[in-house]
Amino acid sequence: MSSQVIASTKSRARVLTEAEISEIEHEKTLYPDNQAVGLEALKIVQNHQGWVSDESLLAIAEYLDLSVADLEGVATFFNLIYRQPVGKNVILYCDSVSCWICRGDDIKDYLSEKLDIDYGQTTADNEFTLIPVPCLGDCNNAPVMMVGQDLHRNLTKDGIDEIIDQYRNKSA
Amino acid sequence: MSRPPLDIGAYEANDGYQSLHKIAAGMSAADVLETIKSSGLKGRGGAGFPTGLKWSFVPQGESSPQQKYLVVNADEMEPGTFKDRLLMEGDPHLLLEGMIISAYAIGASKAYIFLRGEYHGSVKTLKKAIAEAYEKGYLGSNILGTGYDLDIILHTSAGRYICGEETALLNALEGKRANPRAKPPFPQVSGLWGKPTIVNNVETLCNLPGIITYGIDWYQGLGKGADAGTKMFGVSGRVKNPGVWEMPLGVTIRELLEDKAGGMQDGLGLKAFLPGGGSTDFMLPEHLDLALDYDEISQKGGSRLATGTMIVLDDQTCPVGMIGNLMKFFAHESCGFCTPCRDGLPWVDAIFRDFEAGRGSEKDLNILKEQVEYMGPGRTFCALAPGATAPLGSGLKYFEDDFKEHIKQKRCTYKN
Repeated sequence: MSSQVIASTKSRARVLTEAEISEIEHEKTLYPDNQAVGLEALKIVQNHQGWVSDESLLAIAEYLDLSVADLEGVATFFNLIYRQPVGKNVILYCDSVSCWICRGDDIKDYLSEKLDIDYGQTTADNEFTLIPVPCLGDCNNAPVMMVGQDLHRNLTKDGIDEIIDQYRNKSA
Repeated sequence: MSRPPLDIGAYEANDGYQSLHKIAAGMSAADVLETIKSSGLKGRGGAGFPTGLKWSFVPQGESSPQQKYLVVNADEMEPGTFKDRLLMEGDPHLLLEGMIISAYAIGASKAYIFLRGEYHGSVKTLKKAIAEAYEKGYLGSNILGTGYDLDIILHTSAGRYICGEETALLNALEGKRANPRAKPPFPQVSGLWGKPTIVNNVETLCNLPGIITYGIDWYQGLGKGADAGTKMFGVSGRVKNPGVWEMPLGVTIRELLEDKAGGMQDGLGLKAFLPGGGSTDFMLPEHLDLALDYDEISQKGGSRLATGTMIVLDDQTCPVGMIGNLMKFFAHESCGFCTPCRDGLPWVDAIFRDFEAGRGSEKDLNILKEQVEYMGPGRTFCALAPGATAPLGSGLKYFEDDFKEHIKQKRCTYKN
């Protein structure tokens, strides 16, 4: 890597916050090397910032002395690391087989229409991002989805209305 | 969950952690290993490999590496599988006690729980349980005066199905892309950070406390058929009472489906079922009286017991659509490392989308049959694509008429 590229990497990195650094330092005590900490740091930064921007990724690579390419390879591999901005509430909608058998697709269509977004999109008011997720392990309550950290079970169209209102009211 | 998780007091009052007192009273690591080996316990994660035998591959003695690891595979992500979550959220100390037994037997001083990132409820129950166990002296240094030390670290995954494959899981834990590793060397010899490592499933570990506390005879007496012990069995799909139950190995499929799950919802008939998650072959109503044990399901049912969580297909849901849903999942979750899986699964997925849209052809059907061979066991780096060929191959065989109707009528015949 030329020194110019390295210099540009450094100049584009943002400054990690104290809270982020202290959490990353805690992870260092749990794993024997920085590569393992790198993936944890991506989760930490996302937890604070909502997503992992280029500037965040570069900052982690620099802080932990990791290859930017390796870290990007990891960040883009995993489903739960977001390399694009997401809305205030991320909806993980189960699109696996048990929910599908229980007509989860119909509910998803209703949800999509209601929010006017499809998978991978964010509502115009930045409230919700809709992402498909493999089996959430709650198949006896299919169809299910997760909003933030909350699991919503036995979904119906009426239920969807209530759930969405609940989150809208929370942020209003 | 219909009740809050057992706290450590309630757990101890119900014989919880008794196995550790028994070990502290004079069982060596070799004694524990021998007990588990003789118990006949088979891994409950899907492959059904004998647990004691797996442990016995870990090098021991002075010349072996000092650092050894236990890793819990709590990355439950097999479609239609929802048993480990119940154990972790309902009885977290049972898992911890099992971990301590396993780690002691192999000589590991550090254990990681590799937990599915979406399982926020399990994070809460496990964190609390781990703190309680440290406080009571079941974790940390010099456990119950034995001189044995163990630390448990809870790790949440960043999410990919392939992390359930044990060598991919180790790569993920090391902060790498979760591609499976070449075997040999097996993790038991060279696993996490190159050290001897045992990866055990949550449910497998939950079997250990009972075996140590109550003995081998008790444990083997629990099974009704050839296999020892009990298993978590689940049913999902359009049945009256979907759920998960602990039952003896060897009960019939009918008992699970009819007595526990209450049979099909009104107006629906049973068309077929996957006995143990999305990576198993379809079985038919004619198989209902087979016993739920490892050999019977594979030898007489042509499938695998695997995770023991059954996905039921009713007669008003399209089998082609169901297989298509599974293929989409597998295509998305392929790690992309080896060609048959990376290129084969998206091709298969695209063909199923064509069938859904009424564009399926006889030629497509032949390609699907070919792909069952190309992605089958022995052709790929790990078991992901061969797992996908299980519902695909058996589905092509059992539901050929449904595929042909889609071709003939140029639409999904289950939709109005």
